[in-house]
Order: sequence, then C-alpha cells, then structure tokens
Amino acid sequence: MQETNISPANLEMCLKCNICTDVCPMYAVNPAYPGPKQAGPDGERYRLKDPEFFDAALKYCLNCKRCEVACPSGVKVADIIAVNRLKYGKPSHPLRDRMLASTDFVGSMASPFAPVANPVLGLGVTKSVMDGVLGISEHRTFPKYSSKKFVTWFKRHAAEQEQFPRQIHYFHGCYVNYNYPQLGKDFVRLMNACGYGVKLLEKEKCCGVALIANGFGDQATKQAKINLESIGKADTEVLTTSSTCSFTMRDEYEGVLGLDNSKQRNKILLTTKWLFDKIEAGEIKLAFKEDFKMKAAYHTACHMSKMGWQQYSIRLLKMIPGLELTVLGQHCCGISGTFGFKKENYEFSKEIGQTLFDDIKAAAPETVITDCETCKWQIEQFTKVPTFNPINILAQAIDFEKTQTLNAN
Amino acid sequence: MKTEYDVIIIGGGATGAGTARDCAMRGLKTLLVERADIADGASGRNHGLLHSGARYAVNDRESAAECIGENLILRRIAASCVEPTEGLFITLPEDDLAYQAKFVECCKAAGIKAEAIDPKLALRLEPEINPEIIGAVKVPDASVDPFRLVAANVLDARLHGADILTGWEVVEFIKEMVTITGVRIRNVKTGETKAVRAHYTVNAAGIWGAHIAELAGAHIGMLPSKGALLVFGHRAAKMVINRCRKPANADILVPGDVVSVIGTTSDKVPFEECDDMKVTRREVEILLTEGSKLVPSLASTRIIRAYAGVRPLVADDSDPSGRNVSRGIVLLDHSTRDGIRGFISITGGKLTTYRLMAEMTTDLICRKLGLERPCETAIKPLPGSEKEAERLPKKTWSVGQKAAFGRHGGLVGEMDFKSSEEICECEHVTRGEIAYAVRELGVKTLDDLRRRTRVGMGTCQSSFCVLRAAKVLAEELGTPEAAEQLAKDFLRERWKGIKPVCWGDQIREAEHMRNLYKEAFK
Repeated sequence: MQETNISPANLEMCLKCNICTDVCPMYAVNPAYPGPKQAGPDGERYRLKDPEFFDAALKYCLNCKRCEVACPSGVKVADIIAVNRLKYGKPSHPLRDRMLASTDFVGSMASPFAPVANPVLGLGVTKSVMDGVLGISEHRTFPKYSSKKFVTWFKRHAAEQEQFPRQIHYFHGCYVNYNYPQLGKDFVRLMNACGYGVKLLEKEKCCGVALIANGFGDQATKQAKINLESIGKADTEVLTTSSTCSFTMRDEYEGVLGLDNSKQRNKILLTTKWLFDKIEAGEIKLAFKEDFKMKAAYHTACHMSKMGWQQYSIRLLKMIPGLELTVLGQHCCGISGTFGFKKENYEFSKEIGQTLFDDIKAAAPETVITDCETCKWQIEQFTKVPTFNPINILAQAIDFEKTQTLNAN
Repeated sequence: MKTEYDVIIIGGGATGAGTARDCAMRGLKTLLVERADIADGASGRNHGLLHSGARYAVNDRESAAECIGENLILRRIAASCVEPTEGLFITLPEDDLAYQAKFVECCKAAGIKAEAIDPKLALRLEPEINPEIIGAVKVPDASVDPFRLVAANVLDARLHGADILTGWEVVEFIKEMVTITGVRIRNVKTGETKAVRAHYTVNAAGIWGAHIAELAGAHIGMLPSKGALLVFGHRAAKMVINRCRKPANADILVPGDVVSVIGTTSDKVPFEECDDMKVTRREVEILLTEGSKLVPSLASTRIIRAYAGVRPLVADDSDPSGRNVSRGIVLLDHSTRDGIRGFISITGGKLTTYRLMAEMTTDLICRKLGLERPCETAIKPLPGSEKEAERLPKKTWSVGQKAAFGRHGGLVGEMDFKSSEEICECEHVTRGEIAYAVRELGVKTLDDLRRRTRVGMGTCQSSFCVLRAAKVLAEELGTPEAAEQLAKDFLRERWKGIKPVCWGDQIREAEHMRNLYKEAFK
C-alpha cells in the first residue's frame, strides 16, 4: 500500500486545521483576503479543476511565509499562492508594478542622478504625481539612492581584498548597491577583521523577489538562472546581508520558480549565520570595543523566521558586551517589500505593523536591528527609530585591530 | 399531496428521477417514492462517467450506440452537470496493440468519434498518463456529476407538478384482480403508512427492483454485482483515462468535480449485502495497483475515501439458467410478461442512458393510456443548464459562488451570496447554497446535503465543517435541537468510507477528527 503521499507543494498534507489562517497578518486586517488556507490548498483543488477559480484577492498575500512556519503538516501554503499569482495574476497597475519590481534597472538609472533624484523623489509635488498617476502611496518616501554604487567602491578595493589568505564571496543585492553601500562596506570591514578577503560573484542580478511578488515570473527566472550559475562557479560560500535575498535564492527559486538550486542552496548563507557557525567552530574570534554602548531592539523579519535563522543574529549580537538587546515579539512589520509602497495597500501595511511599532515604542531603544532592508524602511517611517542591519552594528562594535590579530593565523 | 396519480415511480435514482421528469413534462400526474434519498443507491455510487460508448463498442454495439446518442444529448440538456473533459483509451506495453485497431473500428461502426493519436500527443494532452503507453485513442467521454444530475431531474419533475416523497418505502402493492392500482407506503422514520393510487406503477428501484417485483408478484432474475471505487484528494488527471483492452478491473479514471475516481471491481454479492456495502482491503489493493498503471502518480496520491455500488445486472429472460446477463436497457411490461397489469419495470442500462430509459418507459405508459404526447426531455434543458447560464458574469464572483455555479449552473441565481461565509471550506459551500438546497432540493440529513452541495466531501471529510453544517441545516429545517444528532450521523457515515483507506495523510486526518469529536460528543 501507499507508504507516503506525495503532492505538489505538499498540498494534500493539509488537515484543514486553519492554524495558517490564524497567524496570517493580512487575514487579520483585510476581510477581502480569504486567508492562506483558502487561497492555498483549498483554492488549489478547485484551480486544478478550472483556473477560473483563481481569486484576484490572492494579490493581498504578503508572501511573509508565516503560514508555512506555522503549518504543522509541512504544506507549502505560500508557495502555492505565489505560483498561482505568477500563473494567473494580472498586475493591477502594470507600469507601477514593473517599476517597483525592477529594482536593478531603476537603481542603475537613478544612482548617477542621485543628487537630483533624491530631492525630487522627496518633493510633495512628485509624491502626489506618483500617488495619482502611478498608484504609489504619497505617504511613502523611496529609500535614498546613493551617488556612488557599492560595486564602484568595491572595484577600487578589490586588489587589497585579494591579499587575504582566506576568501569569501558576497552577494550584495540591489539595496546595498544602489541605496546603502555603507552596509556593504561594513561587511567588507567585518570580513577583513576576521581574516577574510571579499570577492563578488562573476555576475550578480537582483535576486528577483520583487519580480516574483509583482508577477514577472519570466524575468525573475532569467535573473535567477544567472545568479545560480555564478553561485555555482563560486569556490566559497556566498554570503548576503539581506534575509530576503538569502531566502529568495534558497527557497523561492525552487518552490516558486521551479528551478533546481540543490547544488547552490547550501552555499547561500546570511552573514550572521555563517559567522556564528565559524565562531562556534572556533575558526573565527571577535574582540569588541570596550567603550561600545547601545540600547537596541531586534526585530525578526518574516523571511528570517521562515529560514529559522533569527537565533544566529540574536546570539551574535548578544556577544557584544555593550549592547543591551531587547528581542521583540515576532510580528510582521507590514511592508512586505514593494507591497507597502502601493497606494491601495498603505493602510493595511500600517495596520499590520502596528503591534510591532507599539512594541518598539514600549522598548524605547536607540536603534532597531533587523536583517531585512524593507523592514528597516517601515520601522523607520512609523517609529522614527533608526534601524540597522546586525552587520552594521557588529562592524561598529568590534575592535578591528584586536579582531584582526585574533584571526591572523 | 394527492392520493390519486397517473403514475407512481418507485426509486429516486437517475432512472426514477428521469422518468418522473418525463412523465410530469408530458402532463401526467406523477409521484416519485424513494425510501432513502435521491441518488442514494447505484446512481450516487459510480464513476460519474458520461460514457462515450467506446467501452462497449467491441462487445455490445447496441449499448455503445445508445451511450453516444445520450452522451451528445446530455452535453446539451444537462450542461451544468457535465464537464466535457474528453477521454483517452491508452494501450500499455503489456496490452495487445492489435486490440486498438479493432476498438477504433468498432467505435466508428457505433457512431463514436474515436481517433487513434500518437502516444506523444496523448502525453501532451494529458501529461499525467503512464509515459510508457504504446497507443492512445481519443474519445468523447465526459465527466458527469450524478448527484446533481438526479437532483436536477427531481427538481424539474417537481416544477412540472410531480410530487416527490423521500424517506418513504413501498411495503405493499394494492391489487384489484390482476391489476396493480397503487401502493401502500411507509414512512421509514415514523412508521406511518398510507395508500396512494395510480394507473401505472413503475419499478425503477435498481437492484432493489428485484424485491419490488416480488412484492408485486413478479420475478426478475437479478444478479447484484458490486463495484468498488476510490476517491483521490485532488484531480490527478484532467481527462477520463481508460485502458484499451477487454473491460477489466480498475481500468477507468474519471475526474469528478475536484477529485479523481478510479474504478471499478466486479464481484457478485448476495442481496443481503446490497444495503451495506463495505470495500475490502483486496479491492483497494486491486484499484490502487491497476490504477497506478494508468496514471503513475496515483500510487502516492492521497486517497480520501472508498465506496461501492451495486450494478443491477439482469438475467436474460430468454436464458432459463439465469447465467446470461443482459447489459442493455431492460424494460419489462409485466402485463404481457407476467399477466400483472398496471406495473412496469425499468432496469439494466447505465447512468449515461438514464434519459433514454425514462423516455422508453414514459412512451410505454402514454401508449397504454392512449395519449400521444411527444417526449421533450432530449431538447429541453434541465434547470440550471439553460443556455443563459453560460453568460452569467462569473468573473466578479466569489470562489464560493463560482463553486456553486459548478454544482447548480444557472440556479445560483436563486441563492443568496451576500455573505461569503463558507460552511464547508474544502468544497467552498456557502450558507446561501445550503439554505437553497434545504429550501428547494429536499434535504433532510447532512448526507442528503452532501449529495446536493458537496458539503463534507473534501479532503477533511467533514472534520471541520460538520458542526457548522449541522447547525445551519438544523436551523434551516426549523429543528435547531436536532443539530447534534445530524452531526453524529454524518460523522459515522463519513467514517465508513475513510476506514478502508486509512493510512498516509488520511490517517492523520482521521486521528485529528477522532480527537476533535471524542471530546465534543462525550
């Protein structure tokens, strides 16, 4: 007889218990969203009969994957939803969605004009035009573009990096490259302190998370293939400083785009996980500045909890003697990447994040720490508390010389 | 309800319901009596296959020709119950490919459009079939929802003035000399009895028709043949998949609404077992092993249920040994056959040919009554299947409303979808659909409701909807205190089908269900 049941995305392992619906942040605030069970396995049985059963309300799924984390049966609830959105969904605002999804393209266009682009994007008149014409919420401000791309900076330092006896690859991602090169620089500094020189991939494309979310599956697949090829060629692990980039390349390439990433998956790691493991194994030692003092709160990004990696970041941060760290309860911040930028989603986005914002206010930290760049935007907008990546904090907190000496041999 | 009718029909299966509709449409005062619920017997326990006739083409050309004729009619008049999935007859390496040529030839002779296609094309049409096939024939098979087909016939019969009595059984025939002038019926639940009279009484009770005939003083040699089937949790293939060989066990896989059904087996069973069919482990093994040869993924697809029906096979009247079985339609005029007037039996046949059986029966009655009224069941669509239904603005509908349309066609117009609250989430059954079914489709129990709406037919087998559904049904029936009993009865009925296939994901589900209700129903 049958020993195991196999079904696409574990569709049939669903016992219909509704735990996924109970944890869904969108279901809690939006009555138009049928919830993950209905949108996922329940809807899937009917869509297999007739694609006409595709429900446009699936666009509300945040792809936070909390349903999958909660599911006691291992159903890939959000993958089912994401795959169907790619197959049957239509962008509600094609031009806007294309623009929001093309982080790579828009970034490379905006960066050279950053001194002009940033103030213009911040202007009230621009915002109301974007709101009216493009459907981008006027309450949102785009993350500032950097006038110098991370990659440009890195090229000037690539030769020094080659001098290190040990090497590690870095997948910087769009946000580091176009908006926030400082995070990339902090990463390089931290790796150098640990005795590692940094290499970039032969070719790097946007991981594609925004393309997947906005329904551009073909383009996402094209970029994913380029990334997988480069990662396959890399002779070391490939580290990222973004939980979402890691998650997308590890899980979404296979589960949503249907690509075989089995050879690359285990090489793609978030820096905090890699670093923690190395410290545990005694291969890397960190020394911290004696005068470093900070009161911070750590927010677990949804994709972090999907990977189950928040503990690495938290325990790493807890190694810093001068850091007073509050670990916040696991609540979605509500932005979900480009989702929160869309005019029609702004209120949901804000409402979903409210519990988190309240918790942050209660903890009253100087800074919030999180592994996700879009959580950072959301938290900064609604709490005004400056928000950083654990790598920023570690780079600030280590005693560079001492650490370098500890890791010299 | 009247006490005098032109026709009384015994049996609320497809044949009885179809006959009631035909009689009522021809202006006859009609009563349908069913001891349990409509489509409770073999009509609700089969593949849900609208035969193209191809399966019978080689051995029984007459049946094959009847099937294709009815297939084409039902696609029109029962559009809301039929899904034109089309079918394939595939030849596996272990089968004789020479049979395929003969098969195609016989199909053509019976008027069935059968087209041998390249196995590679077949795999493109239906990627789930066994990739090792050496031959494939495309035929106009389709999927038909037997519950809704019977319900639509009953509804239309009622709309044409027929009375429908479910939960009443025939206990005695009322005879005047050699003429049957009516029946005494008993309410199964209360035991109340009453007499109803009619010019003609039609026995359309399927396998139970043997017993009915005995009550009337006639004998029909019937051979109960059990057929077991398995239900898979989702659609494993979108076309009807048949094995191109001499008909045998487990060689048809049908996409039935959102599930797939493999069947059947064929075993003689004693009459005593017909009321309580249990699927055995051996049957499950045969179905799974043979089914996986058609569509390999079945070997690992979750099975949510097993069930069995009884074919009413009729021994050929011309063969005194009773061993020769007629697979075609059997219409018995007992006045010429047995000297019993006013009594007609209609049996044999298939779900696909139910309408033709009804037409033949009603023709005979009209002839006897000296009426010249043409049959219109082949041209007038069933309720919900009218052409206008196709033009409804489905794009803007909720999933629950779309699912209800799939089940009731144009009748969704009579349902209230103001609330999108789903009572059964697996099958997207909303409160409005349940209210409609109770109001218009004669629902008394949750099992009746299941046959009208798919409540509790999904992968959780009612684990999560049974209490909600019981409450809503009890309220709609006006007996809120009955809710708990309704729920218990339904859980028991569901368990019967789960038990033979309780492993894999289904055993987790069953354990979950048991733990939920062992507390709730202490």
